[in-house]
Amino acid sequence: MAIDLNIVIGGAAGQGVHTITALVAKLMVRQGCQVLYVQDYQSRIRGGHLFNRLRISDAPLAASREGIDLLVALNQETVPRHQEELSPEGLIVYDASAVTDLPQGTETLALNADEILPDKKAAEVAINAGVSGALLGLLQLPLAPFLSLLQETFRSKGDEVVGWNRQAATQGHQKGTARGYQHSLAAIQAPGQPRLLLNGHEAIAVGALAAGLQFVSGYPMTPWSSVLNALGSRAEKWGVVVEQAEDEIAAINMAIGASYTGVRAMTGSSGGGFALMVEALGLASCSETPLVIVEAQRPGPSTGLPTRTSQDDLAFLLSAGQGDSPRVVLAPGSAPQGFALMAKAFNLADRYQVPVIVITDQYFGDTTVTCEARDFPAEVTIDRALAAGEAPGPYERYAYTDSGVSPRRRPGFGPVVVADSDEHTPDGHLTEDLAVRIKMHDKRLRKLQGLAQELQGITTAGPEDAPLTLACWGSSAGPVAEAVARLNTEKTPARMVHLSELWPFPAAAVNQALGHPKKLVMVEMNATGQCNRLLRQETGRTADHLVLKYDGAPFTPEYILRALAGEA
Amino acid sequence: MLSLDLYQGIESAWCPGCGNFGMLKAFKQALAELEIRPENLVVVSGIGQSGKFPHYLKCNTFNGIHGRTLPVATGCHLANQALQVVATAGDGDCYGEGGNHLLATLRRNPDLTLVVHNNQVYGLTKGQASPTSDPGFKTALQPHGVPYPPLHALALAVAQDCSWMGRGFAGRPEHLTDLYKQALTHRGFALLEVLQPCVSFNKINTYQWYEKRVYEVDQEPDYDPENELWAYQKAKEWGERIPIGVIYRHPRPTLAETHPALAAGPLVGQEPQRPVRELLSDFY
Repeated sequence: MAIDLNIVIGGAAGQGVHTITALVAKLMVRQGCQVLYVQDYQSRIRGGHLFNRLRISDAPLAASREGIDLLVALNQETVPRHQEELSPEGLIVYDASAVTDLPQGTETLALNADEILPDKKAAEVAINAGVSGALLGLLQLPLAPFLSLLQETFRSKGDEVVGWNRQAATQGHQKGTARGYQHSLAAIQAPGQPRLLLNGHEAIAVGALAAGLQFVSGYPMTPWSSVLNALGSRAEKWGVVVEQAEDEIAAINMAIGASYTGVRAMTGSSGGGFALMVEALGLASCSETPLVIVEAQRPGPSTGLPTRTSQDDLAFLLSAGQGDSPRVVLAPGSAPQGFALMAKAFNLADRYQVPVIVITDQYFGDTTVTCEARDFPAEVTIDRALAAGEAPGPYERYAYTDSGVSPRRRPGFGPVVVADSDEHTPDGHLTEDLAVRIKMHDKRLRKLQGLAQELQGITTAGPEDAPLTLACWGSSAGPVAEAVARLNTEKTPARMVHLSELWPFPAAAVNQALGHPKKLVMVEMNATGQCNRLLRQETGRTADHLVLKYDGAPFTPEYILRALAGEA
Repeated sequence: MLSLDLYQGIESAWCPGCGNFGMLKAFKQALAELEIRPENLVVVSGIGQSGKFPHYLKCNTFNGIHGRTLPVATGCHLANQALQVVATAGDGDCYGEGGNHLLATLRRNPDLTLVVHNNQVYGLTKGQASPTSDPGFKTALQPHGVPYPPLHALALAVAQDCSWMGRGFAGRPEHLTDLYKQALTHRGFALLEVLQPCVSFNKINTYQWYEKRVYEVDQEPDYDPENELWAYQKAKEWGERIPIGVIYRHPRPTLAETHPALAAGPLVGQEPQRPVRELLSDFY
């Protein structure tokens, strides 16, 4: 990539850090840039310190990186927190009313709300739109399309607000242009086809809609809430019932009720909320009710770090619940993969009548990235796998079959449908006949054999004969892919093997994909190497080295490379 | 009226004399009189002797886990409003384990019927106190008697504007059949509590104990179930006199009416096909 710039925008919660990032990123994408931004925030509504890391390039981006070229400081705290990361030619854009103490000898650009917009009511707009304009001016991007974007974004807030924004952006743009900066985005060409800008949880939400989702119930919890919100704001347009439940237990039981009745239903939560759902996860398994559950991880145990990221729920999700209960566990590595896996999740849930867990995390959900329309499937196949027509004899909801999958019918469409959480006979009634218990339990578990044939989800990159292989799963895909790309550029042959379909574990395919590197490294965001334990359990092999991180901040390619170098 | 034979379920495992038998008989009678066919009825139950209720009846059945009948039933109802949805739970299931769901369901007002089998004791786990056990009620777990007052669930229902609330007694099957019929035909959330003696583990609150105390509330001169304060007094009345009948009514908009997605009819008939291109158009 010829261009690789990093902007960090920092301030207090409620100050507009996200507004600036989203506006600037959208304009950049329309102008042809590739962007990727990640939010870093605290568990509070106002105050504190939060920042977004916006990376801009002329080539597709898979991960955030370290280092800062432009630092936007909306409060004083941003400066000391980030100044060490500032590159030698870095520049600080700051709000002169809030920031007074700047490092000696650093290039700066001051913005003053009073100068930008004299109207006191407009002070916040002055800084947000002024900073946005200044960034575009510094990077030599044109003003006119930004003024259109402001009109489009703030139209609903009225002419006065649009006017303030446009005036402030114009002022900021002039200041940025006049100040000048040594990197420019002026040479970037607009794309032939417009590009998309979306985050991981938006991709999960629209992926679910594409898959025919009709019912979602959930209880708010960070970081899962952004999936629920993205569905709530689209519910009316797409005819979805979105119900905010009184707790996670209600959320999953409602979704089970809706699914039993015959519609595609979903719920989700994050660690602690999912823990509350576990009894009903077993209910979905035992009653053989299809269900998709999104579990957005954050660092545990207990409340842990509510707004940070982790991959430390894998071991829990694989075995949550009493008894041996079949389930599927998927873990997308990118927004487009998340979109596609939602369709797979719903189809597997219906075809095998099992709960399907889709694992994400705060980093996955809050990472917004440029995508191409071709990254997404043109259409999605919906396979409800419902029994139709007349039943040949008395209907048995849990009829014994070779595949373990019994014909599923919906109540109200023919014979009565009897479903039970107790051990039951094929007709769904509770039983204490121990011979039936064995047959029914075997029937349920037999579904895993068919499912095992359905799962693979392995993405590889780098030369097949590389002596070093980095294995990873879920949201670590991007940082690992870039680390591997950099190693190969630096003439250290390396390979990535990314797993997105984890249970039932596709052992043979994984074994084959891993091959026989001199050194196998597992890279994951937890303290104990949970995926490596899964690998050992299912294949008997184990990584030679673990690259782990559990401080709550996401992986960067640099972190992975440092960890590898330290080990060498 | 349909034939009662339509509703024949599997053989029961309840104790002889259990109050549930009277409830089952009265419920079948109400279904037959209202001509609700088994195929159009969903009964959601949890755990406890009440959890077995739908098995002993022919109907669409979802026998879920303890305390969660109301969320499952709400999900069923939101998926298909053409089905008659009934949640059946015990006093432990609904007032104890699932208390939060009762609070939320009272607010939501889904068009479904909740029947609470209240025997003031935990039967399936062999005789511990329930949320409705009277103070002083002695059990192996509470050898000095239950130390605190019962949950006044019906008063709670009045306080939360429950759209229909009544109480029946398993020992008065004809009166109970009529209450079932009213609850099933009411538009909105109907909470019907049924006093249902546990012959094995509650030797205090027996058929005779209830029979001596219950009276039909509508025989009170001018009783008006839409008078909230009067209903509240009746909901809290417990002791020498216990009211049965329709205690409270508060018609109000139902849950399904609040969901724009349901304006086009039940979800179950919709089978949406949504173009990917259009779904992604929000992100340009």
